[in-house]
Amino acid sequence: MNAILQRHRGLIILAALIALLPLALRNDYHYDVAINAGLNAIVVVGLNLLIGYAGQISLGHAAFFGLGAYASAILTSTYGWPVLGAMAMGTVIVGILAYVIARPILRLKGHYLAMATLGIGVIISIVLNTEAQVTGGPDGMSAAPFTILGYTFASEQSWYWLVGGSLLLAVWLASNLIDSPIGRALRALHGAEVGARVVGIDTTSYKVLIFVVSAMFASFAGSLFAHHTPTVTPSILGFTKSVEFVVMAVFGGMASTMGSVLGAVIMTLLPNALAAFEDFEPIILGGIMMGTMIFMPKGLVPTIAKKLRRKEAP
Amino acid sequence: MSLLKVTNLTKSFGGVSAIRDLSFSIEAGTIHSIIGPNGAGKTTLFNLITGVYTPSSGAVRFNDREIGGVEPHKLAELGMNRTFQNLQIFHNMSAVENVMVGAHLHLQKGLLQSLLRLPSLARSERQTRDHCWELMDFVGLAQYRHAEANAMSYGALKRLEIARALAAKPKLLLLDEPAAGLNDTETREVDEVIKRIAAQGITVVLVEHDMKMVMGISDHILVLDYGAKLAEGTPAEIRSNPDVIAAYLGTVG
Amino acid sequence: MIESMIQYMLAGLTSGAIYALVGLGFSIIYNASHVINFAQGEFIVIGGISTVALLAAGVPLPLAIVLATLVTMLVGLALAKFAIQPARDADVVALIIITIGASIFLRGVVQLVFGKDIHSLPAFSGETPLNLMGATLMPQSLWVMGVSSALIVVIAWFFNATLAGKAMLATAYNALAARLMGVNTKWVLLSSFALSALLGAVGGIVVTPITFVSYESGIMLGLKGFSAAVLGGLGNGIGAVAGGLILGIVEALSAGYLSSAYKDAIAFIIILVVLVLRPNGLFGKKGIDRV
Ligand SMILES: Nc1ncnc2c1ncn2[C@@H]1O[C@H](COP(=O)(O)OP(=O)(O)OP(=O)(O)O)[C@@H](O)[C@H]1O
Ligand SMILES: [Mg+2]
Repeated sequence: MNAILQRHRGLIILAALIALLPLALRNDYHYDVAINAGLNAIVVVGLNLLIGYAGQISLGHAAFFGLGAYASAILTSTYGWPVLGAMAMGTVIVGILAYVIARPILRLKGHYLAMATLGIGVIISIVLNTEAQVTGGPDGMSAAPFTILGYTFASEQSWYWLVGGSLLLAVWLASNLIDSPIGRALRALHGAEVGARVVGIDTTSYKVLIFVVSAMFASFAGSLFAHHTPTVTPSILGFTKSVEFVVMAVFGGMASTMGSVLGAVIMTLLPNALAAFEDFEPIILGGIMMGTMIFMPKGLVPTIAKKLRRKEAP
Repeated sequence: MSLLKVTNLTKSFGGVSAIRDLSFSIEAGTIHSIIGPNGAGKTTLFNLITGVYTPSSGAVRFNDREIGGVEPHKLAELGMNRTFQNLQIFHNMSAVENVMVGAHLHLQKGLLQSLLRLPSLARSERQTRDHCWELMDFVGLAQYRHAEANAMSYGALKRLEIARALAAKPKLLLLDEPAAGLNDTETREVDEVIKRIAAQGITVVLVEHDMKMVMGISDHILVLDYGAKLAEGTPAEIRSNPDVIAAYLGTVG
Repeated sequence: MIESMIQYMLAGLTSGAIYALVGLGFSIIYNASHVINFAQGEFIVIGGISTVALLAAGVPLPLAIVLATLVTMLVGLALAKFAIQPARDADVVALIIITIGASIFLRGVVQLVFGKDIHSLPAFSGETPLNLMGATLMPQSLWVMGVSSALIVVIAWFFNATLAGKAMLATAYNALAARLMGVNTKWVLLSSFALSALLGAVGGIVVTPITFVSYESGIMLGLKGFSAAVLGGLGNGIGAVAGGLILGIVEALSAGYLSSAYKDAIAFIIILVVLVLRPNGLFGKKGIDRV
């Protein structure tokens, strides 16, 4: 029992926070921000598996989020699929697509990989923007209401619990994966790629695997998003959105699942908090991105954790 | 049949040949040392054998199978493993996790199993950890059982790489300067460890500059100079070989 | 048939020339510091938009151009000094975030100072189209191609024939060795940013009469320049120029013959295909992990 508590300490704290947060949420707008933070967090927890643990960059992950959203919107509203079926189908399609893409491009390193993932993201976004008969083009389209077994998630409160539960699930899956032979293989290929290959790790396959897994996390969050938002538009899958996801992962702390959640929450709140200084928003955002990377390149959570450890053990 | 057979192996970088037309073979169950001055091509030879580099020409056969150009992880599956002169430690992990990565080939690693952390996987993980701790004890790292890799000394990391390679249960183990940078006591410990590894039936290929150690534990020695074979034989033969003496006096003296 | 072909080629060469300049800027900075400067597109915007502002304030065009270029170079220097230098040892992902952060920051500043409007400059030599074998060519396109070619030639001369240029190349090849030989690598970093800013500013100024400029036009131009540099092989100046021209022409031809909506997509597909076949770009050298 104790061991389980120990192993899942972060998860338990997160669950407690999610349970208590509604005490501070005063209106639907607050709930809406919290829900979006949670959805972003699911994407970032997955993306962090790729960036933080395996050390591979993706500047195109918003495309997978967007594809998930469009798959749900198109399948439920145009073809009348049930929401879970559409979500599963979207996740599988994105998984397959990510696999097909990843095989050739994950041989690339560093900036070349950044370029390739960026390119994929731009291409997908152009396709969804242009094929207006299917996607509604720049005006976007709406998904059917989120109904499971006759219960429709309509209130912001119900969505809050749905997204909170999904986030806990995502964090639990990610933590399990990190602490498994697969997770060690990923961290190993990040730490010393040649060393990993020589002791028997097929590094390319693992990079592909984690790219696919992280794309599926994004797609899942995108599906939920589609049902929650009034309209799905191409703006959710552009280059800027991909960069936002990477910033969330890096800001909270690479190779730290709790850092990913925190990064997603802070970076989702920030634009809302800065709304009063509308004109200064990009300046502050850019400044924070530069400042974090210069002064705490490991990100928020690992840097603070290290400071605390140092204080404990003088 | 030899465990490893190298024939007319050549590797050039741009215009420079680091290994030239090299042939030799290694018998199973022996300790085989490769010596030679700095830049002789020893590490390059290891990189060629373990698939890190592809040969420019020539052949490498392992267990009677041609392995030139085969990827390193496939060779590990076939029973080959190694350590590195310039460490390839996973600094982002704990010491025992480094060793557990070495055991990767023998572990259950299904994606669903891992995501859900099924009981069978949890059990296998505990057993692996215990086994890897034993391997750390075996190479003399008992006090580092709970250490992070980035908190360990250079000498300890060299041995951690040996433990990691052993976790893969290799048939052939290549050690690239395991005693470099170690003090006398540590060197003697490593010497002991190598003997015990060989006693388990693992074939060892050793690159080492410490002549006392090489002469003491090798069954067979290959001397490289400028990428080519200078001499080959038992320690006694090598010690009295005039070419070797000339080369070593020439470079050292 | 032939006319439309020539027409597309001319359009492609004009935008290709700008991509080449931006790509060259990426390459110069990459060589000096292994940093990919995602704020490169912002140099174009700052160059173009400050010329517009100076002109509106009554400064004559030639002086406005010089001043705007200097302003952009100062921005480049500040970026190197305050954002890149303090983070020299950070890893690739961190540096990418820093320069993307810088681009967002600069975009914010431009928006604050110049607003969200689209600005334009009058064409340098009027708007009367020239006729070239049945295709029409705006005189400003000649300016773009001419100025870009001249800059590229000057840059090539700088790196091959001057001591400062050679020092920068030596740093790219082996920073430690260069430092040991007395090259001031800090200076190299600063100069590389100043030089890239200069390329961006001048490119931005000559192209503004054709494409106009607004606070956010740097995003796509930056991406295209990055693509040009990667296509040619990072750190390879000639590669970046070739990459830029190829990109411009591919785009113009796809827009003309296939679909203007998909022109950007086609450009990126070609880059992906090139990278899959040649992981280090068209002219890049193959890397090898040394252990
Ligand atoms: N990846 C590479 N690219 C270019 N040259 C290389 C590469 N790897 C090795 N070399 C060259 O090959 C030659 C042999 O190097 P190698 O590292 O194999 O020597 P060594 O015998 O292991 O030396 P030491 O005793 O110093 O470890 C050297 O001249 C080295 O510079
Ligand atoms: Mg060596």
